[in-house]
Amino acid sequence: MSLDHHLDDATLLQYASGNLDEAFTVVVATHVAMCDTCRHAVRQAEELGGGVLEDAGTAELEVGSFEHLMLRIDDQPADTAPAACAAQVSGDVPAPLVRHLGPDLGAVRWRSIAPGVRKHVIKQNSASKSSLYMLHIAPGMAVPEHGHGGSELTLILSGSYTDVFGTFRRGDIADLDEHVEHQPIVDGDLPCICLVATEAPTRFKGFFSRLLQPLTGI
Amino acid sequence: MQAAWRVEEIEENSVPETDALVLLMSDIAGNRDRDAFKALFMHFGPRIKALMLKSGARPEQAEDIVQIVMMTVWRKVHLYAPERGSVSAWIFTIARNARIDRLRRGSSQAYTDIDDLEIVSEEPDGEDNLFASQRTRKVAKALSELPEDQRHIIELAFMEDISQSEIATRLALPLGTVKSRMRLAYAKLKNKLEDLK
Repeated sequence: MSLDHHLDDATLLQYASGNLDEAFTVVVATHVAMCDTCRHAVRQAEELGGGVLEDAGTAELEVGSFEHLMLRIDDQPADTAPAACAAQVSGDVPAPLVRHLGPDLGAVRWRSIAPGVRKHVIKQNSASKSSLYMLHIAPGMAVPEHGHGGSELTLILSGSYTDVFGTFRRGDIADLDEHVEHQPIVDGDLPCICLVATEAPTRFKGFFSRLLQPLTGI
Repeated sequence: MQAAWRVEEIEENSVPETDALVLLMSDIAGNRDRDAFKALFMHFGPRIKALMLKSGARPEQAEDIVQIVMMTVWRKVHLYAPERGSVSAWIFTIARNARIDRLRRGSSQAYTDIDDLEIVSEEPDGEDNLFASQRTRKVAKALSELPEDQRHIIELAFMEDISQSEIATRLALPLGTVKSRMRLAYAKLKNKLEDLK
């Protein structure tokens, strides 16, 4: 897929080094699944990990470590599982998200949080400080101009919106930090469905309270 | 026995010629060659342990994660594709995933989903025709040529389990500075790798 809006390089490195929390990891991985450019870029960033692993020192292993490992390996039943094929996507939900959502966007259970705005919170496995959720925003809706309390990633899964950075369509990601102010407007006749990770939800309240009083028809 | 000389060639404490690592990998994949696997273990085991210790693992926990990572290497070695990246980078990703699962008690499933996608993907993965050996040398060179402040941030990010904001706090730098050093370091690496095409 050829996309217009990609990850910030700093986010990409954080993902490659494994230092993002679960919410951000899921959104980045979902974009990476949809974006050949970023998949290639992640592999390049992982080369840095390989370089650091080579360079940054060694720690002595316990005596007999290798023999112990081979005993453990010999103890295991032969691996008969076929190479992974579960990732084949049949619905419109990209691979890393299927685990959290099922294969079909149409089956998501939404909760209305304001006229024209529906939300679905995605449960996380780990105790994460960030939140992970989906938004379903009606055509023509404008989210009032807002800044962010922390980093925020928004990945478009369906429909599109436009703000000062351009038009965001399926697969595009908005990688915004706390200094950004923008006013997204949902384009066209279709709702915009997006996957969002936000840092520090308490500081994010300002945005939400404004989402609750949406200005329509701008 | 052909593997023997290779085993001796790979010293535990030096950066090996990557060609030697790729050959080891194909011996392990093709012949389930235990001498080759031992050479790989002697090289990467102590490095993975160092990485886990720096990420906050207790020594016995770090030792156990080394075992888990190398068991995964033994089991998945046939999935390693030299045209996708170097052996070191591949093993780093397995160690990273184990760190997320074991140390942070999180889930590395998102990463393995992407691996699975690449395995089933028929599309040629674009421009990426570099030999693994060239790639490793370029990366090592790019890393060694980074200014100290940038290299330090890259090492922190990859060696430790630490977020951008934690790096900023630790180094008493604004978050924006940490991010821009990361971007600069990554841009230099990309240039080095693009040069090869």
